[in-house]
Amino acid sequence: MNFAVLQFPGSNCDQDCVHVLKNVLGHSARLLWHKENSVGDADAVIVPGGFSYGDYLRTGAIARYSNVMAAVTEFANQGGLVMGICNGFQILCEAGLLPGALIRNRSIKFRCEFVWLRTGPANTPFTCKAPEGTVLRIPIAHGEGCYFADPETLKKLEANGQILWRYCDEQGKVEAEANPNGSLLNIAGICNEKKNVAGLMPHPERASEDILSSSDGRILFESMIQWHCKK
Amino acid sequence: MNEPVITPELVAKHGITPEEYENILKILGRVPTYTELGIFSVMWSEHCSYKNTKPLLKTFPTRSDRIMVGAGEENAGIIDIGDNLAIAFKMESHNHPSAVEPFQGAATGVGGIIRDIFTMGARPICAMNSLRFGELQSPEVRRLFRGVVGGIAHYGNCFGIPTIAGEVCFDASYEGNPLVNAFCLGVLRHEQIARGAAKGIGNPVFYVGPATGRDGLAGAAFASQDLTEASAEQQRGAVQVGDPFMEKLVMEACLELLAAKDAVAGIQDMGAAGLTCSTCETAARAGTGIEIELSKVPQRATGMTPYEIMLSESQERMLIIVNKGHEAEVQRIFDKWDLPWSEIGVVTDTGRMVVRNHGEVVADIPAAKIANDSPVYHRESKEPEYLNDVRAFQISSVQDTTTATQDLEALLAVPTIASKNWVYRQYDHQVRDGSVVCPGSDAAVVRIKADSLPMLSEGQSETVPAGTEKYIAMAVDGNGTYVYLDPYEGSKTVVAECARNLACTGAIPLGSTDNLNFGNPHHPELFYQLKESVRGLAEACDVFGAPVTGGNVSLYNQNPHGAIDPTPTIAIVGLVEKKEHITTQWFKDEGDVIILLGEAVDEGDPNLGLGGSAYLQNRKGIKNGTPPRCDLKKEKAVQDATLDCIRAGWVKSAHDCSEGGLAVTLAECCFTKNVALNTPRFTGAQVDLSALKCARKDALLFGETQSRIIVSVSPANADKILAKAKEHSVPAAVIGKVTGSGKDSELSIRLAQETLSWNVSAIYGTWWNAIGSVMDAAAH
Repeated sequence: MNFAVLQFPGSNCDQDCVHVLKNVLGHSARLLWHKENSVGDADAVIVPGGFSYGDYLRTGAIARYSNVMAAVTEFANQGGLVMGICNGFQILCEAGLLPGALIRNRSIKFRCEFVWLRTGPANTPFTCKAPEGTVLRIPIAHGEGCYFADPETLKKLEANGQILWRYCDEQGKVEAEANPNGSLLNIAGICNEKKNVAGLMPHPERASEDILSSSDGRILFESMIQWHCKK
Repeated sequence: MNEPVITPELVAKHGITPEEYENILKILGRVPTYTELGIFSVMWSEHCSYKNTKPLLKTFPTRSDRIMVGAGEENAGIIDIGDNLAIAFKMESHNHPSAVEPFQGAATGVGGIIRDIFTMGARPICAMNSLRFGELQSPEVRRLFRGVVGGIAHYGNCFGIPTIAGEVCFDASYEGNPLVNAFCLGVLRHEQIARGAAKGIGNPVFYVGPATGRDGLAGAAFASQDLTEASAEQQRGAVQVGDPFMEKLVMEACLELLAAKDAVAGIQDMGAAGLTCSTCETAARAGTGIEIELSKVPQRATGMTPYEIMLSESQERMLIIVNKGHEAEVQRIFDKWDLPWSEIGVVTDTGRMVVRNHGEVVADIPAAKIANDSPVYHRESKEPEYLNDVRAFQISSVQDTTTATQDLEALLAVPTIASKNWVYRQYDHQVRDGSVVCPGSDAAVVRIKADSLPMLSEGQSETVPAGTEKYIAMAVDGNGTYVYLDPYEGSKTVVAECARNLACTGAIPLGSTDNLNFGNPHHPELFYQLKESVRGLAEACDVFGAPVTGGNVSLYNQNPHGAIDPTPTIAIVGLVEKKEHITTQWFKDEGDVIILLGEAVDEGDPNLGLGGSAYLQNRKGIKNGTPPRCDLKKEKAVQDATLDCIRAGWVKSAHDCSEGGLAVTLAECCFTKNVALNTPRFTGAQVDLSALKCARKDALLFGETQSRIIVSVSPANADKILAKAKEHSVPAAVIGKVTGSGKDSELSIRLAQETLSWNVSAIYGTWWNAIGSVMDAAAH
């Protein structure tokens, strides 16, 4: 499978994503510069974490206007798989490919630590290998990861099965204490209505090897790979 | 142009002594221009010239077979780690700027040290820091602490470097003068080492990075004088403002340019003393001259004078000497990254640093003279009076404890000992996918893999064997109290503890970098501290095979109440040879045997390890007494024994005994494993110290006798450890076993007189929340 990992000025997790896709999972992955106008022959696009354009103005606010995001939007509209991680999630929200917004953590502080995630419906390209309710241990690292949307949007997300990952405790219970940033409904990640675009704040690429103390994150990439290969 | 007339007052205002001024007149053969005076003042400040410490620094061990670039040669030292790989690392202080503006002061400290590393051609892969503040009860201290941590997080997180380890201490002596020492480590292939030399007569000199503004004017000179309220207020404008996003782009562009074949002749960052330091140092290193035209320097403010442009410390700027004919490469790469660049000058054969402004010469100085011929002072030293009191102190004047249970609970809540999660959870410590041991164990371990490295030249084939992975361990330590109470012995201990942290992780030291944070060197008693401390550091670094590859000196750390505790901090970097050797500090499995390596209590120490201890300071309110002795031979033996056992595969956990003594160490072994948010893992431990001879309970539980390590092993391997220890002539004793995990885990310690016990979950809560509860409860 061919992955394209976007590279904006200020992307930090671009190489980490390429490392996991290529060296850990054995697929092809290349960096795609923000000035490019096409995603080329990519089967899927990863919008990685970092501080694109220094987070100036507002996280993701400038990246959405880059050349490459126009190409990614077109790719997504045609049903292409797109996953945004951390800053990538913020960019996808800014670009309107995903509903809602990520605002400042309730604690006002940047937070870096492992959290527990409860996986939502398994009928998406990002969760198909993880039965609903699977609990994953994956780290977060963000200052603006509090998911926010109006009540109607939230209702729609729930009804359509678009909430793919929620912060939970070790047993999978979704509760306030397990929420590291104040996200509404403990939302860690969602997908769009067509279920081909997803975004999440936690970093699956940092939890894809045992030496980094968790390989739970691999299941997200492996789901995308399985979905694509079955297609 | 109307420049101020050079008067004795103006010279004095620049911190230049009359003798130094005489020397300047001799070098120039005339009265300096205003710009030249400014140049001399920053280049001959302590921060840039080490004029007060050079003779001392020469005593550090600086060589080993692995050292490729040694101390003082370049912006950072470089060490060979095998398989054609090398690491570059260094630590530097940003104390004064952080005192004045904690957020930006600390942030630019991180930015500066990162630049030192990629200037060497290395890709920065991790950062650490060593921080010291006054007591947390003070709102002002909390403001500084919050600001410094926020600044480090801001810069490191945005730049995309994991802040993987560090230390934070709180002591009244740092009130108003916090210490912020930032460390960075990078990796590169042997052939990728870049040099800060202006080589090649006729080569163009490029300025890259953001425009120059008035910020940070003469920061180096500011850092080289006593910090007073007036100086702080007046210097608020001397603090630079950092932009980590810009630095990330500048780094990527520089590494790309360095990979362009034969394009770069020399490269140097503009740190302290900005354009001044980078031009004359690169010329001095190459034995050439350099000529620049200031009107070509990108400028952010209008009407900047030559003096201001030369002395500005605007951040994220680099000076690059490009091999003639490769100018287009600079343009191509810096345009790709949308970064400003400008050709500002040329390398000459005159040996002079010539600065023009719109053609008019505003400075013309022999480059080597200013860079290398700075004054050297042998300062007067006198043993401080207070040491008589220290030596007179007898532990017998303090009653043994009758409240040992509460003592441990209280010590775990002391901010210096308590968990630093409030700090490190604000730092991204995992970006770059290399953080194998994260903050919370004795030393951090980072993995080096192929994509950690700077890019190769186009068409160049890989020079590192396929599949190579390396594990680098690092820790940073300091103990101002010990060094205050005994500058020589205390400094040895600082190095010993840092090396011990590495040994516990399974690493062999490769080298070290130090930061000497001291008071005013003109004060003989303070200079004594510095001199004795360096003697101790040098001796210890030599014993542990950790030659000094570079570092930084920060003097004039005083506030209106006096000098800070003399605080050398040291970071040691080591190599873990195999993945399997990586060891953490927390107990692993029920039934494992707990072994103490080293003497339980140093009976030869009249204070039994309690002098200057955290226990004495926090439970008895006494900051006195000769601190624990550090016998380097014994210490080395304990570390070697531990490493042998780890490498034999017998050790499940290893934790060094330091502040708070054996009791704190055992508690930490029971509860420092943390799986995720709100998911700590506990074990219990049943420890029996009743067979150990010691007249005092407090000495046994909380004494800080050196050269001790607690390991846990499966029962089958216990005898092997004892035998190995014997081989190294290291005392070793089985002192207990690891018991059940879970919420009800109990730590019990049996003494000859009584048995103490604690609920592990409860003391964990105390330890974990101690700093956060103060910081988050207090209003900003």
